[in-house]
Amino acid sequence: MTDATLSPEGAKAPEKTSAQPRSLYATDELTKKRNASEKRFQAYGIAAIGAGLFFLVVLAYSIISEGIPAFTRTVLTVEFTVTQEQFDDAESQLFKTRAYEAVFTEAMSAQFEQKDIQVPFDIAAIERIVGKPGSTIREFYRANPDKLGQPVAFELAASSRVDGYMNGRLTRDNITDSRFLMKSDLDLVDVLVESGIIQTVFNWPFITGADSGVDNPGGAGIGASVVGSFFMMLVVLFLSLPIGVAASIYLEEFAPQNKFTDLIEVNISNLAAVPSIVFGILGLAVFIQFMHLPQSAPIVGGLVLTLMTLPTIIISTRASLKAVPPSIRDAALGVGASKMQAVFHHVLPLAMPGILTGTIIGLAQALGETAPLLLIGMVGFVARGYPDGFVSGFMDPNSAMPAQIYTWAARSDFAFYEKAWGGIIVLLIFLLSMNILAIILRRRFERRW
Amino acid sequence: MKFTTLVSATALAVASTAFVGAAQARDQVQVAGSSTVLPYASIVAEVFGENTDFPTPVVESGGSSAGLKRFCEGVGENTIDVANASRAIREKEIKACAENGVTDIMEVRIGYDGIVFASQKDGPAFTAFTPVQWHNALAPKVLVDGAIVDNPYTKWSEVDASLPDVEIAAFIPGTKHGTREVFEEKVLLVGCEESGAMKAMMDGGMSEDDAEDACLAVRTDGKSVDIDGDYTETLARIDSNPNGVGVFGLAFYENNTDKLKVATMTGVAPSTETISTGEYPVSRPLFFYVKKAHIGVIPGLKEYAQFFVADEIAGPQGPLAQYGLVSDPELAATQASIEAEETMK
Repeated sequence: MTDATLSPEGAKAPEKTSAQPRSLYATDELTKKRNASEKRFQAYGIAAIGAGLFFLVVLAYSIISEGIPAFTRTVLTVEFTVTQEQFDDAESQLFKTRAYEAVFTEAMSAQFEQKDIQVPFDIAAIERIVGKPGSTIREFYRANPDKLGQPVAFELAASSRVDGYMNGRLTRDNITDSRFLMKSDLDLVDVLVESGIIQTVFNWPFITGADSGVDNPGGAGIGASVVGSFFMMLVVLFLSLPIGVAASIYLEEFAPQNKFTDLIEVNISNLAAVPSIVFGILGLAVFIQFMHLPQSAPIVGGLVLTLMTLPTIIISTRASLKAVPPSIRDAALGVGASKMQAVFHHVLPLAMPGILTGTIIGLAQALGETAPLLLIGMVGFVARGYPDGFVSGFMDPNSAMPAQIYTWAARSDFAFYEKAWGGIIVLLIFLLSMNILAIILRRRFERRW
Repeated sequence: MKFTTLVSATALAVASTAFVGAAQARDQVQVAGSSTVLPYASIVAEVFGENTDFPTPVVESGGSSAGLKRFCEGVGENTIDVANASRAIREKEIKACAENGVTDIMEVRIGYDGIVFASQKDGPAFTAFTPVQWHNALAPKVLVDGAIVDNPYTKWSEVDASLPDVEIAAFIPGTKHGTREVFEEKVLLVGCEESGAMKAMMDGGMSEDDAEDACLAVRTDGKSVDIDGDYTETLARIDSNPNGVGVFGLAFYENNTDKLKVATMTGVAPSTETISTGEYPVSRPLFFYVKKAHIGVIPGLKEYAQFFVADEIAGPQGPLAQYGLVSDPELAATQASIEAEETMK
């Protein structure tokens, strides 16, 4: 009896467990497994994004922290007089700017003595503290000869070591006595800072100036190479946009589908993958050695970068032409438009946001390109300043932003290393604004069907 | 239709500017070549632009050999006027020049550069080297107990007990640099001769030329790294490797004394004084070469050459010496030779 009453209960129990998962409120093993793997996948995704963000933050932090010192400069604000005789004497020499520097240091020394500065100093110490003020002084008096003999207030750059001391790169502990700066000079610097003669100001010459010699980091600026990049981008824009758009319209809308056009298509895709240095060699051989265009000129840089940008523009233009629904073409053709009218009046305007986006992205790519410029002489010391006319902007030797950064990074004075990072910040600002412009254009003009 | 006209108009406009430029004369001096001479050339270029009415010359880098190759490409506005070199021009290059019509070349020696051996400032105590130590550390085959064997040394202390007990990690200039040639001749070859390895190789049946070539070879097992970039790259390698020893120019070292410490070579510390007296053994003259055919065609070319070697610039008190160039005691002869536009034979 007991057996009889027990056995049905024992048989019931396994039945109950197998019936349990049928409930919608309880998850079974398989569902749990699937949910868990989904959770895991999401976690991997978040980890990947997190890693990406982490590297971005590290990169941004190092760029900004290394580059910020480039945007400030240390200046000596001083008032002193150059007499007519001193001017004539300096102008009669071969090394005129050095002569002005001598006049300046003597005037400084005299002023310091009057001000009763408590630390010992000599002319050599002042020379070490001051940068290369000669050309600033000379240019001022050549432009304003009437100011000779009157006291004039100048803001002159301090030497790169003093600049490094002011921005914390050099400290009293890691300075070694050298002919560039002695430890004892820092006492004088401290006194001058207290009396307000040495100040740290925003580095406008860095934004507007041209490159300077290796012994004068205080005078180096990225402005001239920004202009060089600008002229190069003009060439790229005005050549690659019309050529690229014309080529893609023909290929997409008019060209017959045959082996030959297939070959062209494959080659355009291949061209997009060609390393940029190859275009540099091509540019050297064709534009400089064969066509005799000037070396180091933005026109050649622009032509080379045009070759590089064309495939990008063609590919993105064709993609956006393809994205225009066929119904638009059909409607235009249906009301009697010719094929060309249909393309230019209807398809092209609708594809324009995509074309512009592709072009801007292509330009941004070209803006950051250094390798081809190495070969056509745009990486070098160019201290020309600004072109004096529109044509000379294309023809005169100039550098480009990435090339300028490359040049600075290779210089021995660490102050140039800071300039290189500062240059990267300027370049990134340009790239970011171009990308933002591309996004705005796309958002504004994009149509959805 | 309007669109197509616009397109063709802009294309035409851009193309025409391109060809206008081809006819325009170049009015600034173009310089290329040695990255060792580049800093000096850029200082001179800037000062030349500031102090004369000529435009600032364009100075490019790329190495002595690359610069001389471009120099020898021919005569004409689209070739460079001046090649900087950290070694004298070779016979082969003069021949290549002549084949392309570059026959009248003026050689200008601007001064001397010292080559120094430096390591991390807070790193192991590399304070004194000799050529023999460098030969034994870097050669693929060295003399041990009277026999030429594959280089057995992995640590500096094995090479010489006076050196720190750390792995050998040398960063030397790559073969495209003029500095490499000086390093080979004044350090490796001298070390090879002094250690007796060269004599042993010749006794073993090698001809003198072969033995010399063997002496200049560098081991390829990663203990010695060729740096093809600039000294900044060497500095970066040293920065990340406390045991590394690098080869630098004197001027570069003097600009980075807060990161580097220098070692003596055969007991002499490198400085402008010891180099100009010839006491410090590892130094070399620096040159630039001027295409005589361009003088009178490119404005300011001769003036640039004269300005470069003027007493105020290249002399002991000038900005080049300030930066680390060892000025040439025979500067006056160089000035006279430029004045007379003397060419090489």
